[in-house]
This record gives sequence, C-alpha cells and structure tokens, in this order.
Amino acid sequence: MLRYFLKRLMFLIPVLLGVSVVIFSIVHLAPGDPAEVMLGPSATQEEISSLREQLGLTKPLYVQYGIFLTNALKGDLGRSIKSNAPVVDEIMERFPATLTLAVLGMIFAIVIGLPLGILAALKQNTWVDALCSFFALVGFSIPNFWVGLMLMLLLSIYIPILPSSGFDSWKNFIMPTIVLGIQTMAVIARMTRSSMLEVIRQDYVRTARAKGISDRLVLTRHILGNVLIPVVTIAGIYFGHQLGGVVITETIFSIPGLGRLIVDAIRAQDYPVVQGGVLFFALCVGIVNLLVDLLYAVLDPRIKAQYRAAK
Amino acid sequence: MNNENGTLFAPSSGRTKEREKRRSPWWEVWRRLRRNKAAVAGMSVVILLVVVAVLAPVLAPYDPNQTNIKMRLQGPSSEHPLGTDNFGRDMLSRIIYGSRISLYVGFVAVGIGAVFGGILGAIGGYYGGRLDNFIMRCMDVLLAIPQIILAIAIVGALGTSLLNLMIAVGISQLPRYARVVRASALTVRGQEYVEAARAVGASDARIILENILPNCMAPIIVQSTLGVAQAILSAAALSFLGLGIQPPTAEWGSMLSSGRQFLRNAPYLTFFPGLAISVVVLALNIFGDGLRDSLDPKLRQ
Repeated sequence: MLRYFLKRLMFLIPVLLGVSVVIFSIVHLAPGDPAEVMLGPSATQEEISSLREQLGLTKPLYVQYGIFLTNALKGDLGRSIKSNAPVVDEIMERFPATLTLAVLGMIFAIVIGLPLGILAALKQNTWVDALCSFFALVGFSIPNFWVGLMLMLLLSIYIPILPSSGFDSWKNFIMPTIVLGIQTMAVIARMTRSSMLEVIRQDYVRTARAKGISDRLVLTRHILGNVLIPVVTIAGIYFGHQLGGVVITETIFSIPGLGRLIVDAIRAQDYPVVQGGVLFFALCVGIVNLLVDLLYAVLDPRIKAQYRAAK
Repeated sequence: MNNENGTLFAPSSGRTKEREKRRSPWWEVWRRLRRNKAAVAGMSVVILLVVVAVLAPVLAPYDPNQTNIKMRLQGPSSEHPLGTDNFGRDMLSRIIYGSRISLYVGFVAVGIGAVFGGILGAIGGYYGGRLDNFIMRCMDVLLAIPQIILAIAIVGALGTSLLNLMIAVGISQLPRYARVVRASALTVRGQEYVEAARAVGASDARIILENILPNCMAPIIVQSTLGVAQAILSAAALSFLGLGIQPPTAEWGSMLSSGRQFLRNAPYLTFFPGLAISVVVLALNIFGDGLRDSLDPKLRQ
C-alpha cells in the first residue's frame, strides 16, 4: 500500500515542475512590464529601470525561473505587486472559502448524481430513464454562470429567501454549491448510468439473483461496489474541472476566494499572484488525483492485491 | 457482436445485395444516425443555427450595434421581441449576430486543438518510446491545470482579442485530441497494412497521414462535436468574466455579463443570451452522443 502511494506521489513531482515551467512562460510572455505597472504612469525611466533591477527582471529568463523555483520549493511564491503581501499569505487567506465551495459542490454532485444514474439504469428505456438522462444532459450543457444568475433572479429577487452575495451564513452557500456542482452532477449521473448498465449484465449478478438474493441486497452488495470504481475516476477528474469553476461562482456571488484572486490579478497584471495561484491550483488537482488513486485501492481489492503480490 | 453484419445487411434478393455492397461505412453511420431521433433533432438545431449565423444580416430586424437611448431597457414587445438593452439596442438582432461569434469561436478553437493535438498524438503513438513519453507527459501537465484557469492565464498573457480567445480555448483542449489520436495510432501501428506501406518505402509522414489518421477519424469526429460544445461554453465563460470578446461586440457571454447589472429590472437581458448558449450546447451534445453511438454501435446496447 505504501509503495503504491509513493509511486503515485512520484508522478506528481514532474507534473508540478512542468506546470511551473508552463505558467512561468505564460506569465512572462505577457506584454505589460511589471515595473511600469507598479510605479504607475507618472514614473520616470530611471525609476522604472532601477525597480526592474531590484525585482531581478533584467536577468535572463532561465535565471529568473531558477530563482522562482528555488523560492517556491521553500514555500515562498514572491510578493504581490498590488498589495505587497506575500503571495502565499494571500492564497492561504482565500483558500478556505474556495475549498469549502469545492467540497460542497462535490457533495451536491454525488448526492444528486449517483441516485439519478442508478435510477435511470434500473428503469432503463422507460420514461424515468429518459427524464433522468435528459436532466443530466441539460445539466451538462447549460452555462453555470447563467444558472447562477437565474437562481439569483428566482431566489433572491422574485422570492427573496436567499442572499445574493456575501459569505457569512449557511444560506450563502446554497446557490454557489448548486452552480459549482451542476456539471459534475450531470457527469456523475451519466457515468453511473452507463457503469450500472454494464455491471447489471455481468454473470455474477445473474448468479446472485438466481441464488434468490433480494434485489436490494444484490444492488448494495454486488453491484454498487463495481459501479463506484469508474464513477470515482470521473468524479476525481471533474473535481479538478470544478476547482476551475470557482472562478465563475466566486465572481457571480462575490465570494472572496482563490478564483477571484487570480482573475483580479490578471486584470491588474499582478504576475506573482497569477503564477503562484495557478501553481497552487495545479497542486490541489494533483493532491486530489492522488487521493482518488488511494480511494481506488480501497474500492478495488485487485489493485491492493497486485501490490501485495509485487512485494 | 459477430452477427453485427448479419443484422445490418439482411440478405434478401440478389439485387439489394449488389446495392449494399457499394455502401460505404459512412453510409452505414448515417443510416444508424437517422434512426436516432434525438440525434437528428440535435443535428437539425445545429444546422438551423449555422443557417441563422450565415444569414444574420438578412434575418436580424435591426443593426445589432445601433444604439437608441430613447428606447433603452424596453421589455419584450412586438417591435422588439426580446426587448432592448441599456443602450437601446435590439436584443433579438444581437442574439442573432452573437451566434456568428459563438459558432466561429467554437469551430476555430476546436480546429486549433484537434489539428495540433492530433499531430502530437499521432507522432507519439506512431513513434512510441521516449518521444511518446515526453509528449504525453506534456499533456499531463496541461491537464493538471483546470481548463478554464489555463485559458484565463493564456488570455491574460496574450491580451483580450477574438484570436487570442480561440487560441486559449484551443490550447486548453489539446490533450483530449492528443489522447484520442494516440490511442488509435497505437492500435493501428502494428497492423499489416502499415507494415506493408513501410515495406514499399512510404515515408513516415505519409503513413501517418494516409494510414493512421483515417483510422482515428471516428473518435476525432465525436470528440470534436462534443469539443465544440465545450469550447462555446468556455469562450462564453471567458467573455462573461470580461476576458474574452469585449463589448460592444454582440457575443452571448459578454451580453450576459453586461445584462447582469440590470438583473432586477430587465431580467430578459440575461435570460435570452443564456438560453441561446444552452440550446446550442445542448444540441451539439445530443448530436455528439448520437454520433458516438452510430459510429461505435458496440457501445450502445
């Protein structure tokens, strides 16, 4: 088990290094000069060049990258140009809100999506199936920012029961959770349905039925475990996707999270924040994928057995 | 699965047999697709939208950028079926013109992603070894950054313009095409006819273009159809955030974004552009699903 975990962990390192190269290059391709941005339009040429010197912007790019990487490994992502606060502090200050949203969105997606998929598969080719499948397809297709605005219109303006912005009571979380989770919910429902349909036709399910086990027991003991494996994969992949979705959700509902930090930083050309923020997002995605891999081993004894045998 | 052909080509008289022999595989796909009502409906909506986009100047009742302060924020009426925005511009005309941008961005972004991703995937799958490993690790890196964040960062660096938006969305879609093509290339690589082509001295580029790519067409087409839907969504999201198409251009995402401040008094400004995006994306997704089922009937049972 430990070997499995370590092997997966090793995969994460080159990916994160790659992400740091990609994001460093993207940010340094940007046309604006950070020194000019920091000093404003009234700065003289001397002031700008001395600040460039001070920020290390005159050094060759690969040296700048080396410095960035060494500092990043020590947990230092530089300072924000706008607020002069350490980027790590800015990220950590905003992270709890984003994490809460992402986890709530995932819970929503699973709680609604999984039963929807199971129901559709059990009632295959009936109107129930058609309705569930169509609902999932719609959830996958409508833009989540539109869902957010329409929910706001309905539940904050027409029937004012939920606040449209802010971040202080549990009521603030309801709409953002739905907006963030709706696509993942749809994907999970679709995946569960097709996975169920596959498992239901397996011989061991037929055997279990033939033995006279009740439908409910067959479903919980024999079917669900195998259905969950592909569903967990897709949920893991979509968790990363969903982390990106916080950008939209946080903008609509004015939640001070990581997504808005990055969007605001891009508008203000605050490149250390963009760089650090994106890298942090990639780290989160990597960790989630790692956890999903571990969850596999728990759900699928074959993986565990494989590694036990290899030892 | 073995009697697939048996059910498809029900042998009856000699004459029909003769005719069926001439049917190309694409004809079979079309036949299966036609039987799928949902897919046909999705396809019809997509075709209708393309027609609307092409004929926008004829169909739109007003100039989409004609401002008229006297007529600002009018609700839907017979004169302006979808109302007017805060500059008095006709919403219906703007939505009709907006279809041009959305479809254009969707198709070009997918074109960029599919061509470059496809080339990378084909090279990786065909040559294998270290090169393949390197290409796929690069794709893993792109996948590790949430798609929309990557697109935002690219647009942020390149600046906001129509072309940059398409590049950003296209790059963020690269990995999926690379993966699809690579998987097909890997299975085709060892086939006898590829060996035969090599034996008669065909160049690698020629083998990839003539023997490998045609075999990946089915998954590429399905992936692209669904990809256009995703690209339209991403582009609208970026415009909504103010990082895509800039006002006053009539684009659905940016129309939604500027209509947002009038949500309370003029909700139709956000309702209709969002509905337009939903309909296009839904139609493309339904069509893509149907296409996958008809291209690979084994999956559908």
